[in-house]
Amino acid sequence: MSKKINADIQKSKLQKSLTGIHGLDEITGGLPKGRPTLVCGNVGCGKTLMAMEFLVHGANEYNEPGVFLSFEETEKDIITNVESLGFDLNSMIKSKKIALDYVYVVRNDFQVTGEFDLEGLFIRLGHAIASVDAKRVVLDTIEALFAGVQEHHVLRTELRRLFKWLKEKGVTAVVTAERGDGVLTRHGIEEYVADCVILLDHRVDGQRSTRRLRVVKYRGSSHGANEYPFLIDTTGISVLPVTSLGLEFKASTEHISTGIARLDTMMDGKGYFRGSSILVSGTAGTGKTSLAVHLAKSACQTGQRCLYVASEESQHQIIRNARSIGIGLEPFIEGGHLRFIASRPTSFGMETHLVTINKLINEFNPAVCIMDPITNYSDIGSSDEVKVFMMRLVDIMKSRNITSIFTTLTSSGEYIDNTDIGISSLMDTWIVLKALEYNGERTRGLYVIKARGMSHSNQIREFVITSEGVELIDAYIGSGMVLTGTARIVQEAKDRAEDYIIKQGVQRRLRELESKRKKAEARIEALRTAIANDQAEI
Amino acid sequence: MLKNTTEKELTWGFQLYVVGQRPASIAAITNLTMICKEHLDSQYSIEVIDLLEQPQLAKAHQIVAIPTLVRNLPQPLRKIIGDLSDTDKVLACLDIKAKIRQQDGNTGL
Repeated sequence: MSKKINADIQKSKLQKSLTGIHGLDEITGGLPKGRPTLVCGNVGCGKTLMAMEFLVHGANEYNEPGVFLSFEETEKDIITNVESLGFDLNSMIKSKKIALDYVYVVRNDFQVTGEFDLEGLFIRLGHAIASVDAKRVVLDTIEALFAGVQEHHVLRTELRRLFKWLKEKGVTAVVTAERGDGVLTRHGIEEYVADCVILLDHRVDGQRSTRRLRVVKYRGSSHGANEYPFLIDTTGISVLPVTSLGLEFKASTEHISTGIARLDTMMDGKGYFRGSSILVSGTAGTGKTSLAVHLAKSACQTGQRCLYVASEESQHQIIRNARSIGIGLEPFIEGGHLRFIASRPTSFGMETHLVTINKLINEFNPAVCIMDPITNYSDIGSSDEVKVFMMRLVDIMKSRNITSIFTTLTSSGEYIDNTDIGISSLMDTWIVLKALEYNGERTRGLYVIKARGMSHSNQIREFVITSEGVELIDAYIGSGMVLTGTARIVQEAKDRAEDYIIKQGVQRRLRELESKRKKAEARIEALRTAIANDQAEI
Repeated sequence: MLKNTTEKELTWGFQLYVVGQRPASIAAITNLTMICKEHLDSQYSIEVIDLLEQPQLAKAHQIVAIPTLVRNLPQPLRKIIGDLSDTDKVLACLDIKAKIRQQDGNTGL
């Protein structure tokens, strides 16, 4: 996708200005350089923040100073508001990376007699641009002028002139505007800003809020036309460019150990493929988390990072339980190789979960990601939505060559759950854990349903959880039955006894044969002696 | 007509923000000078600020529209935007008539 965008840029010679906002540049390739872009949306949708991030990243990362012209908030308020995101505007202003100006126009403040224009605004903006040699400009929210200046015909003429002037100046501008009823902006600002329009939306669905972004228009450039979920948190905006990803990931031939020697043996002798997605399904208490924890340990031990997304148990609970099977996770957390996020799926909408996970992956850059379990996500969406969610998740992991393991709980009555079938097609490897009941004993069985691109064992193995970790034992297979646990041990002992008896028999017969041979040899010798004697007499 | 007062307490202070030789700016300077001469005798001061020369002052005084007339004295501060072509409205907005009536009353005592 990004390659395609790059090709388009070169074709049209349309230069772009990167915003530095996570995900947005992947969708658009950047904002049109030297032209104004309109960002519109309802109150509280994140317009001002997006505009501010565009400026701050521009100044810090792309060496393009910027001017923020505010029509609603005072300089002091703006500085305080973005402080929480870690942007130190005061020092940026001091180092001439950013200039702030609060334009205050209130109707009751003045009277009008005769002709006027808004040249004062141009002077202020021009002065601010010159003071920092700005390449970027934000006008937030210029529509506020409509309340202050009642001579709308003058205002409209001046706005048209302003946008023309901005283009002549060659600055990349972001203009924010409030959304109107059935129209993009309340005062029709889109009429003046025709190059690029981005719409932000904030919806609450079933008490879960989701923010979405859509590129409505981008003249002279291809762009993703979908709605993209985005998140606002302590580090600003992150957009999830999910559908921009295609099926273009490279398939790795490298392996990563499962952390269980016998399971590695089952999987081509080496373990999972790096970057593959693994589904571990099983009924309650079959050891899904144990299997996942083994992979976490295996990754961390070899200096790789692992992200553990827990949606049922807390971090401490998982650590405690891992300790009981002989796996200490604390050193990995302290060493910065293992990171947990634990949250209930019902706390947020699916998009928010996706964006959060995506962001963490960006920050933490793990080699392994564990989603334990994914079952609960079906509480917040239909099976179709869950499938799309999983698809996006798998896409995110695959595009970054992250080995991902998803555990899912199957209801005990059924052998394989329907939801599993729905998402299993997305998975490269599918391991099923099953409780086996026989002879008054409950044991665990493990088998590999599929493992794309590798030869794998089709046999069921007994899955034993010990205080030293998980062990896989060959189950007893013979005389048309599979035996595990005590039954297996009994059967194996029986077999050994039979074996012994057979072996004993063979040895006896060998001894008999030997003595027969010796007898025969003795007789041959006697005959030879007799013949020799006869010859001598002749 | 107006009385040529001798009191020095009452003074008028104006700042007129203009931009270069724009027609509305030139008209505003002309109109203001005329109104002051006619109604305020010599007790006034007019400071014409050309933002082309001092652009930083636009921010300091929250100037957006051009021309803008700011009355610093007497307090409170008043702002009028436009070329000041409507003399009656300017006189009303700046309270010139009321102040002068009051002043006349005072001197009559």
